[in-house]
Parts: sequence; C-alpha cells; structure tokens
Amino acid sequence: MANLSKNKNPMPAQNPEERNKTFDEVALGYTEALAKSEAERCLNCKKPYCVDGCPVNVQIPEFIKKIADGDYEGAYSTIKQTNTLPAVCGRVCPQESQCEAECIRGRNGEPVAIGRLERFAADRHNANNPANPEKPTPNGHKAAVVGSGPAGLACAGTLANLGWDVTIYEALHTPGGVLVYGIPEFRLPKSVVKKEIDDLIRLGVKIVTNVIIGKTLMVEELFEDGFEAVFLGSGAGLPKFMGIPGENLNGVYSANEYLTRVNLMKAYKNSSTPVLRPKKVAVVGGGNVAMDSARCALRMGAEEVRIVYRRSGDELPARAEEVAHAKEEGIIFNFLTNPVEITGDEKGFVNGLVCVNMVLGEHDSSGRRAPAAKPETKHTLEVDCVIMAIGTNPNPLIKTALPGIETHKWGGIITDDDGKTSSENVYAGGDAVTGAATVILAMGAGKKAALAIDKAIRGKER
Amino acid sequence: MNRIIYRENLNDFVTLMKVDAELVAKKAKPGQFVILRAEEDGERIPLTIADYDRAEGSVTIIFQIVGATTEKLNRLGVGDYIVDLAGPLGRATETSEYKSVAVIGGGVGSAIALPIAKQLYNEGAAVYSIAGFRSRELVILEDRFREISDKYILMTDDGSAGEKGLVTDALKVLIESGIKLDCVIAIGPLIMMKFVCLLTKKYGIKTIISMNPIMIDGTGMCGGCRLTVGGETKFACVDGPDFDGHLVDFDEAMARSAIYKNQERSAHDDICNLFKKEADQ
Repeated sequence: MANLSKNKNPMPAQNPEERNKTFDEVALGYTEALAKSEAERCLNCKKPYCVDGCPVNVQIPEFIKKIADGDYEGAYSTIKQTNTLPAVCGRVCPQESQCEAECIRGRNGEPVAIGRLERFAADRHNANNPANPEKPTPNGHKAAVVGSGPAGLACAGTLANLGWDVTIYEALHTPGGVLVYGIPEFRLPKSVVKKEIDDLIRLGVKIVTNVIIGKTLMVEELFEDGFEAVFLGSGAGLPKFMGIPGENLNGVYSANEYLTRVNLMKAYKNSSTPVLRPKKVAVVGGGNVAMDSARCALRMGAEEVRIVYRRSGDELPARAEEVAHAKEEGIIFNFLTNPVEITGDEKGFVNGLVCVNMVLGEHDSSGRRAPAAKPETKHTLEVDCVIMAIGTNPNPLIKTALPGIETHKWGGIITDDDGKTSSENVYAGGDAVTGAATVILAMGAGKKAALAIDKAIRGKER
Repeated sequence: MNRIIYRENLNDFVTLMKVDAELVAKKAKPGQFVILRAEEDGERIPLTIADYDRAEGSVTIIFQIVGATTEKLNRLGVGDYIVDLAGPLGRATETSEYKSVAVIGGGVGSAIALPIAKQLYNEGAAVYSIAGFRSRELVILEDRFREISDKYILMTDDGSAGEKGLVTDALKVLIESGIKLDCVIAIGPLIMMKFVCLLTKKYGIKTIISMNPIMIDGTGMCGGCRLTVGGETKFACVDGPDFDGHLVDFDEAMARSAIYKNQERSAHDDICNLFKKEADQ
C-alpha cells in the first residue's frame, strides 16, 4: 500500500540540548517501522531520475522496494553492487542536491528519504554481524591506490571486486582520510568507517599506513614493484587561509588542524594531543567543514560559537541537515559578514575578529551572487579562537611523487573523464582532481577510474 | 610498528634511538624529519633524522625529554616498538654549493646539526662547528662532531666545559678572526637562532635555520606549522624545515611555540606522577 504522505518520516535524533555536549551520533537512524513506511512512499518509477542523480548510480527504487518488502539484506546487496560505502554515504551525502533532488515525490511535497533508507539498510546489515564477503577470483593483476579516503576506498573496492590485487598507501597512521580526520564522530561514527574498511580488507585489499607517496616512495617505484596501474586519491589536504593580518596568532586554526586534533587525534576523549579550549569561537566559512568545526567547538566546551559567512543563508554550501542541526544546537550565524583582520593580545593569542558587512551584487562565475564589502560597517567580534574553513587545495606532495604529471595552476591533477592522467597507467580522482568537493563525488570518481583501469589493462588480454 | 634496535642516553635529558625503518632510511637526507607516535592514541610529534644507515635499514632519532610524548618515548628500550613512524618529511638541507660553513648547534639542536655538518665535511667543505649547552652535564655528541669538523668550538653558559659564553660569542670571534664563511647553518632554540641571524645579518653572511614547530601530519594538511618568512606564510613541513634565517619572523614563531605550554606542563606532570607511582609500587 503506497504511503501518500507529503512529508518524509522525520529522522529520530538526540535532543539538541543534550547532544551539543557529547560526541555521540546525532541522527539515530530509522526504526524498522519508520523505514518500511518511508519506503512505501517510493513510486518505483519506470524511469528513475533519482538513479541519474546519484554519482555512483545506486539502484534506488530497487533497494527501496526490498525495504518495503522486508528484505533488508537484499536491499543492502543492491546498494553494495554500486556503492562501496553505503553506511557512510547514507550519513554524509548531500542527498538534497543529488538523488532526492530528482525524486518525483519532491515535486509536490518532500522527496523520499533515500539517504535515510540507505543508512537503514547498511546499519541493519552491519548490526547482524554478516558473514565474510566471498573473495572474488584473483585475476593476477596488481594496482596501487594512493590515499585511503573516499576516492581511494571506492577505487580499491571496485578493483578488488573485479579480482585485482590492490594495495592502498596511506600517509597517516589510520586509514579513512577525511572520513576519519575530518568528519566528526557525532556525524559519522568511526566504528562505521572502520566496519566499511574492514569489509575491504576481507575482500583482500591491503592497506599500508605511514607511507607518504612523494616522500617515502615515488610512483615510479610502485611500477617497479610490479603494480600495473596507480590511482592517485590524495585529496585536497592543503588548507587555505584568507591572507588577512593576524592569521598566525595562537588560536587561529585551519579547520583541518582543529578537526584533526579533535577527531583523529581524539582530543575529545582527553588523548595526549593538546587542543585549545576556547570560550568564544568564530568559524569562517559556510560549508560542511565549517558546520563540523562549529559543532565540535561547542562540544569541546565553548560558550558561544558563530559561523561567519560572507554570503547569505541561501548560499550556504553545507548540507541542509547539518545547517539545521547546527542551528538547533545553538550555533549563531553571522551572514553577509567577512573578516578583515584578527587581533591578538600581547602574548600572541587571539582576542578579536574584525569584520565588515557584505552586500550581494551581480552573479559571478560560480553562478552565485558575488558579495561586496561595505567598509564603513567595520566591527569587532570578541572571540578567543578563529577557525578557517574556507576550503583546501590539492596536496602539493603529489607533484614530487610523479614529476611531470600535468596539473592545473591551482594544483589539481588534470585527467580525462575516466580519471586518466597525463602519465601512463596513472589515474586520479576525488578532491585531488576537482578541489574540495563531496565524499560521494570522490567515490564516483574512484569507481569510474577503477573500471577504466580494468578496461585498459585487462582489455589488452581479450 | 618500528623496532628499537639501539638506545643510548646522551645525557640525563637527551636520548638517542636507532629504529628499524627500511623505507625511511632508503630516502632520508640530512635536514629531513620523521613523525612518530610513541603509543596508541598518542600525539604525533616531528623529530629530525639524526642519522640513517641504508644498508642496515635504520634511522637514528635524538630527542630531549620535554613533554608527555617524549617522556613515554624515553620509557621504550631495545626490542620495544614505536607504533607509528612516517617519513622522511620536509626538504633536505641543500649543502652542495657551500665551501666554508659554520654549523651551530644549540642543546639538542646539535643532534640535528650533526648530519648536516657530516654531509658538508664529506663534500669537502671546511666545517667550523660551534655547539652550545647550559653546562658540562648537558654536552652531547662532542666526539662525533670533532670527527667531522675542521674546528670544533664548545661553549657553555657557565663555563663548566669548553669556553664560557653563548654560541654567538664564538661565532663573532670566528668571523672576526678573518675566516671567510659563505654560509652559517644554525639549529637550536628559536631565541638562539634569532640572535645568530641578527649577528650574521650585520656581516652579510647567508644563514640557514631549521624550524621545529608544532605539527600533526607533516604533509601540508594541518597548517599548524605555519610561520612568516619574508612577509609570506610558509608551512615548515612542506616548504621547510630549512629557511633563510634573515627572513624568518622569530618573534611570531616563539609565540606560536608556546601555544600549548600550560597543557603540556600538566600532561608532563601527569605522566611523571604516573611513573612515580609505578616506581613506588
């Protein structure tokens, strides 16, 4: 029986007043009853636009139908056919601008809660201690993957499923890339990431940590070691700063540094990694990373946390749900506000953020209205910490790893549609190619490159 | 996991460890560093590579016990494992263009200066080494320095070993003696490097310093190690750790190095108390 409700079943979540003090996951996930009734909202369209909206083309109506029928494991298998990390994507994908943006139900009411259903299927599968996945028959080919973030994991998973012998090289001590150092526990529990990575290891993927390609090993050496193809998924790690006075004061963090200290290095659990515990925090930027930083700062004990964003609320690039959660938790939003200087005390610690108000003008190259400063509106926000979440550039070490690889001026690796770079048998994808984007776009690129690698190398045999 | 294959207490506060790290040893060059974690959930700290042996597949680290992590590291012995060690990171020190160099090491900084002095010496440059310490008990690596120096000058604050005075005093005497230096390489506390640079600027001698700031990943990701060089922001991990000392904003770097001073002190005390308790039992 179809569910004709115009609204999605709401996501059960922790109470905002309680959750803003802990790192436990905010969104609790659908119960079986909520999932089933939400699944019944799907019209199972003959021409499913939602599938086109998904960067890895998850067979959405098919898996949702299985949830409606109570075949949860079947739903999971359907998702897993095209998506290496369902439990991650169900949590962090910007569904509202992808699959759910295309959903027919969204034309008159809310779209089907595809992301929540994906998470339900994945969590259900993981909770039932599934049997080891069957190892595919080895095809005798070897590939190396640089970086264990979303792009690398998707590429490795896809190749392993095709029978490739895959080794991932990770620079940090823990695999997962931005999934472990960037996205906080309360939005993406690390146990969820670990579970998905363990699945890959069971598939036969090898992960070598503490190896920096470009320093410890060069790409050429990987080929000498017998790898036939190399995928570069080294991400966009290099944080941007604004270039305003005072940015090197104590208490100015890149979002990367702040999030890494709190999440990967577990400062939230009192590990030996130090982090400042400021009272009043300004986070500059309006993306998911800005929301994550602000919500972390609140949980680390700050009394007042504000987002400082130079455009208006309509232009916020963050996922709608994260913005809503941040507001519920008490994050203050200073829209149309842009920092011009950070001030400090005599010991070099931050004590203020000087800002000007902005006004939106004509549409710029990004299609958004360009903000312009109103200099007469200069004012100072009293803060003891500033977190810069204004984006990142591709990791600079990759050029050392493979001298001669063609890159854009801003550092991004140049590839064709399949992820092929200017170097033979070297592919790339994710933020290293596009600049900072989303988990799912990186996964899509990793998967695409994996299929292209398989075609190029194994195609020769046929 | 990297096995410790040799350890030596250079003095009561400074320890030398040789660690199995084949891939790092294969690529390591003087001036580069590794990042390590002494134990699970421990902090990531950068340590300069003091020496390496490609045949043996080992790297040598020398560290001063200054905080919780180095305290824990110092508790490890031969046969124990360091949980994570990654490198070699940073750019190597460029030495090939110099023919006559003063290499200055302050305190544990001499451990970092040693491989650079050694490389210069092996390349045929005249090496004038100046090492400064607070007092006789803290002197390290004296013999190793003498082997690879045309001249070795030992300075202590209290005069209990070598000559009494600062490394800058010795450098001034050296320069005024008429020896022509085409470069000074200074590695040690920020305040020492600052004053070496002020002196060499007067004489117009190029000066290279090595930064050792707080960092997490060492690959350009966190930006915690940033400093101002010639008015521009640089990352010590990927742009350094060596910089033209005459362009570095040392006052800013000193303020930045003190960011976690209070937290570090309490962490250090916690660890010490923990060890004391263990020892009492």
